[in-house]
Amino acid sequence: MNQSKFYLPEGLPIPVPESDGLASVYWNGLREEKLFVQKCTHCGTWQFAPEWICHHCHVFDPAWVEVDAIGHIYSWERVWHPAHSVLKDHGPYLAILVELHQAGNVRMVGNLLGDPMQEVLIGSKVKGIFEHHLKALVPHSLLQWRLEIDAI
Amino acid sequence: MTTSRTLRGRVAVVGVGETTYYRHGKSEDAEFKLALKAILAACADAEINPRDIDGFSSFSDDRNEATRLATALGIPSLRTATMQWGGGGGGCCAAVGNGAAAIATGQADCVVAFRSLAQGQFGRFGQSNGIETISGEKSYLMPYGILSPPQRFAMRARRFMYDHGIDQEALRAIALASYHHAQANPRAIMYGKPLDEAKYDGSRWIVEPFHLFDCCMENDGAAAIIMVSAERAKDFRNKPVYILGAASGSGPRFAAQAHNSEHYASANFGTVAPDLYRMAGVSASDVGVVQSYENFTAGVLMALIEHGFFKPEEANDFLQPANLLAPTGRLPLNTSGGNLAECYMHGFELVLEAVRQVRGTSTSQAIRSDIALVIGGPMVAPVSNLILGSEKVL
Repeated sequence: MNQSKFYLPEGLPIPVPESDGLASVYWNGLREEKLFVQKCTHCGTWQFAPEWICHHCHVFDPAWVEVDAIGHIYSWERVWHPAHSVLKDHGPYLAILVELHQAGNVRMVGNLLGDPMQEVLIGSKVKGIFEHHLKALVPHSLLQWRLEIDAI
Repeated sequence: MTTSRTLRGRVAVVGVGETTYYRHGKSEDAEFKLALKAILAACADAEINPRDIDGFSSFSDDRNEATRLATALGIPSLRTATMQWGGGGGGCCAAVGNGAAAIATGQADCVVAFRSLAQGQFGRFGQSNGIETISGEKSYLMPYGILSPPQRFAMRARRFMYDHGIDQEALRAIALASYHHAQANPRAIMYGKPLDEAKYDGSRWIVEPFHLFDCCMENDGAAAIIMVSAERAKDFRNKPVYILGAASGSGPRFAAQAHNSEHYASANFGTVAPDLYRMAGVSASDVGVVQSYENFTAGVLMALIEHGFFKPEEANDFLQPANLLAPTGRLPLNTSGGNLAECYMHGFELVLEAVRQVRGTSTSQAIRSDIALVIGGPMVAPVSNLILGSEKVL
């Protein structure tokens, strides 16, 4: 895979599941272009990030449910100051917080693909784009987002 | 709440001390030596024998352990060693509350609460190199370039500003107040380095909506206070400064990972501020002067609202520089210069400044200073806060 296909330069910390495997389904799912979120089969509560127990009814091991990678921008930031050596001279980039209405309004963070200087509007619809880092020290995939109007 | 289950009026601060404050990495002293210097300075201020200390309390995984301090100082009897869980400056007031609780419950007689930092020796909050893999909360953020504190908090601020129509000028007023007060405080790193509106507006973005001057400094130094029971407090030379209330904690699922807090656009004082006022027996209108932890100016904005000083829709009007300046502003704020301009001692310098306000010895003394509020570490979990008062308000 060509490095230019990544939104941010390589060399940032690589996400891996906890040693107890809590988030394995989530990270393994991204590798297969699937988005999994916990949903308690007992009470129906959605939960992200994962935990070993449902925070609502206290039943253990909430189920993992595949959901569409579609959401709406809940908040955003444009980052200018590099906090990591690989980001030096990379210029501004956009991070967004995406709310998934179809999954109990759980939220997840990603980058908004496209022009880093674009105007970002809270409430805009975005579609998930899976970004595969197969040659990384630990192969992994990230979930990025593109404005739905631009989505391929 | 029965009267026995309160700290109100039962413990007093009788000594404060700090080292010289340095830019980060500039202290020639080891971090542990800084801690010792601040503690001895606080003892000198109180005119107390350091061997009378029998407890230590700190926060945010302070590296300078109570047992090493007790050993280094030859303390004959260590009775309490308390660490508040949680990172950042969320525990800067809890360190005081926990130490005071040990005194009020008879577990200890003379407790030091302190913070010591030598970032040249141990690295900074604001940079994160050398990490290869990451799990848990950071795994949902760092691969997307959200690595440092301003990056982690900017989206909370942005959402709050969006929800309530808050202008950038409201954040600017908070920064201007800190810098204004630092110009009167020779201890302040930014003493002699004033800030004006044009300089703020022209400063670079760190991460929108935070300009450079919306973000705290990173510094080296140490600060400490000495606490004893109210019964003993009048035996010391300084005017006793009583703890009226202390609270810490977190709202519902505030620490839900990947930015899933139920009350996301918040400083996390929704439950903690009412707890504090209840114990102190005062309301926001009784508070004369406020020290509010500026990790970022927007944290102050939300924290002041959650402590009842104004409503979100009033923020643009209230947060004008003139309202925030000692001696006579409506709410003198961060009167030593705070984290932005005095020193980023992870908020502990704010505790010392509140003590000085109640004593009447601040370099920017507020007219109303018998009840002084300190707000610690907004937007983290747990957070903490503290109300100090003079004998007059007991």
